[in-house]
Amino acid sequence: MAEPVEFYEPRTIAEAVAVLASVPDACCLAGGQTLVAGMNMGPLFRPPALVSLQRIDELKGITQRPDGTVVVGAMVTHRTVAQSELFGGGLEVVREAAGCIAHPAIRTMGTIGGSICHADPAADYPAVLIATDATVVVTGPSGIREIPAAEFFVDFMTTSIEPDELVTAITFPPAPADAVSVYEKFTRASGDFATVSVALALSLRHGRCESVRIALGSCGPTPVRAAAAEQRLVQTSLDESDVQDAGRILCDAAAPMDDVRGTADYKLMLIPRLLGRTIQRAQERAVAWRVE
Amino acid sequence: MSDVSLVVNGKSVSATVEDRTLLVQFLRENLGLTGTHVGCDTSQCGACVVHVDGKAVKSCTILAAQASGSEIVTIEGLANGADLHPVQIAFKENHGLQCGFCTPGMIMAATDMIARHPGGLDEKTVRAELEGNICRCTGYHNIVKAILAASEVMAKGGAGSAKAA
Repeated sequence: MAEPVEFYEPRTIAEAVAVLASVPDACCLAGGQTLVAGMNMGPLFRPPALVSLQRIDELKGITQRPDGTVVVGAMVTHRTVAQSELFGGGLEVVREAAGCIAHPAIRTMGTIGGSICHADPAADYPAVLIATDATVVVTGPSGIREIPAAEFFVDFMTTSIEPDELVTAITFPPAPADAVSVYEKFTRASGDFATVSVALALSLRHGRCESVRIALGSCGPTPVRAAAAEQRLVQTSLDESDVQDAGRILCDAAAPMDDVRGTADYKLMLIPRLLGRTIQRAQERAVAWRVE
Repeated sequence: MSDVSLVVNGKSVSATVEDRTLLVQFLRENLGLTGTHVGCDTSQCGACVVHVDGKAVKSCTILAAQASGSEIVTIEGLANGADLHPVQIAFKENHGLQCGFCTPGMIMAATDMIARHPGGLDEKTVRAELEGNICRCTGYHNIVKAILAASEVMAKGGAGSAKAA
């Protein structure tokens, strides 16, 4: 039996923040699908104190504001997001990504807050939060902060929140009414982390690209977004040459590493191909949406 | 130490355990329910799948304290006395096991999968849904056949006298 830990089960966000502020090196336990597995593996993760967020009902809902913004509590599971009807059109990418995280039994426990705080660059949510221009809401001893996703992920497995702060929700702003979105994930085996992933949100008008946001997962220490690649696509009809150019710009912006899921060169080869596939699926969705 | 209270296979149980106790340790070591297996303890293999409040969970990556207050169903709780659950019957009839180590997790994952697809299952869906359950005998073919057969029987309302899982 491994050494004991201190275990806290706060019932409110305020209680959780108070524990984080008073217990040195306390670590939040969300769904535990990475943390508990890591604790089982050995000395990699050995927090002296765990703060389980399981009993905090404030963290568990998905709601939609009157302006269309979708607010997802930090403890909402991948299973719930994957089944939620609030993610359509420009936010379908959120639901699609949640549905391909690991395996069904892991999606029962794993949470959006836990996943983004772990900030594994090969995970699925980080690129999705960038592509959807999401905001991360955190609470700490000095109150609530809203952090744009682009400022939340700062480095490999590193976020901009302080040790005594808690992620409470992720807000997804409403997408244009005609927007479509797609998550494309390339893996060695289904259920694995991405070798490369692409999250894309797109607005088309009469076949021309009105606006687009693209984020790559697993292509650097944080999700990769390249404004120049998006600019190259806006006001085009997304022909092969447009997509190829955008793919090249994204490759220049990406900094993938050699790892067990593929070499950096292999990942650079995948980027333009997956981008093409993602855009094609988005166009098909836009057509299907108009027909409906 | 954590106070853990659970309803396991319909029976209320409580105990005070080391905070780090995994749900699967609690089931196997405190309750003697050794039907739930540990293959990897890092959520890869699925041998430890049980239902927590009706949903499939890998019991090696959840602390007993996290599950406290929940209803747990393990492989031991599926059958109704001598009457096997339709998924168990289908595994038997389709030879859906070889060494049997992965079988409890396979069956618990299958019952969750069937419950989430009331309209029925096809082979592609079953194979995708089984991503998190590894059979080292590689006997997947008959496992998939068994789950498809069970899903058909259950869709026809043939759940029989087995307890709802």
